[in-house]
Amino acid sequence: MILVIILTIILTAISFIFDKQKTLKGIKKGIMMFVKILPTLLSVIILVSIVLYFTTDEFLIKYLGEKAGIGAYVFAAITGAVSIIPGFISYPLAGILVQTGVSYSVISVFITTLKMVGVLTIPLEAKFFGYKIAILRNSLAFLGAILVGSIMALIYTYF
Amino acid sequence: MKKQKKQKSHKFDFTVIIIFTIFALYSFIADYAPGIDIVQNNFWSFLKEMIFALPIMFILVGLFDVWVSKEKVQKHIGEASGIKGILLVLLLGFMQAGPLYAAFPVAYILWKKGTSPINIFIYLSSTSIAKIPMLTFEIGFLGLDFSLLRILISIPIFIIISIIIGKYFDRHGYKIKDI
Repeated sequence: MILVIILTIILTAISFIFDKQKTLKGIKKGIMMFVKILPTLLSVIILVSIVLYFTTDEFLIKYLGEKAGIGAYVFAAITGAVSIIPGFISYPLAGILVQTGVSYSVISVFITTLKMVGVLTIPLEAKFFGYKIAILRNSLAFLGAILVGSIMALIYTYF
Repeated sequence: MKKQKKQKSHKFDFTVIIIFTIFALYSFIADYAPGIDIVQNNFWSFLKEMIFALPIMFILVGLFDVWVSKEKVQKHIGEASGIKGILLVLLLGFMQAGPLYAAFPVAYILWKKGTSPINIFIYLSSTSIAKIPMLTFEIGFLGLDFSLLRILISIPIFIIISIIIGKYFDRHGYKIKDI
């Protein structure tokens, strides 16, 4: 992230040297977009914060670990789809889950739905794409994530 | 009509924000532990991420808008860009940092500059399949085998999904809206 910030500063500086007017116009455009999306963004992160409160480590270990078989997959897919957990939290968490006996294929379903499907961010996505496309993309990504997990499961079982 | 719709959706957002603000204030005054936990740990960490990551993404998007010509984008990742275009958007997605919702404004600007819908959905997929800045993290906690396997299986599946959505998007004349 720090790298992106530095890169942005450098790019903005270079852009400014080349064309002051153009740079200001670009920055203004960017900031306007941000301000317009801000209310939706805030309400989305509020909902996400509340959902995240209920998906504790213990909760995940209980439902992903004990119920081996299909139940764990379904549960992994649904929790992954609903929650949004940043990578620097989700990978250590996944590491803990593996250590407590959750299988790698269940983890792959969880990680994939976590990253590709954002049920709670659909309102945000719909601002850009419209509800129909946002829902279609999330549904297909959900199926895709289950497919990825199933293939991983086959590989882990037979190789 | 369109404007009215926009205002209506913000009404929901503001309702959520106001209720949450009251809830947060109440939690702190009444020392309600779950409330404090939600506000201090979850909400605050997301807010920090959002306040830093997003304005920067938007500034980059704004600069991209004024500097990069439509012809250039169209040539490299437009309708007729083929496999080369797919590889380029995959790479663009992999290099990005931040959450999936930070990729939506990028998708919008790519669309405005003439990127094909299929490539836009491939970009969105690739940025969520793997981010190079996050990869070391994943390998560290779950191992190289797992990461490689997950990424190699995900790429073809999500390219197919992106082609399906892209084609559907095209056929029905959808647009990515300026917010």
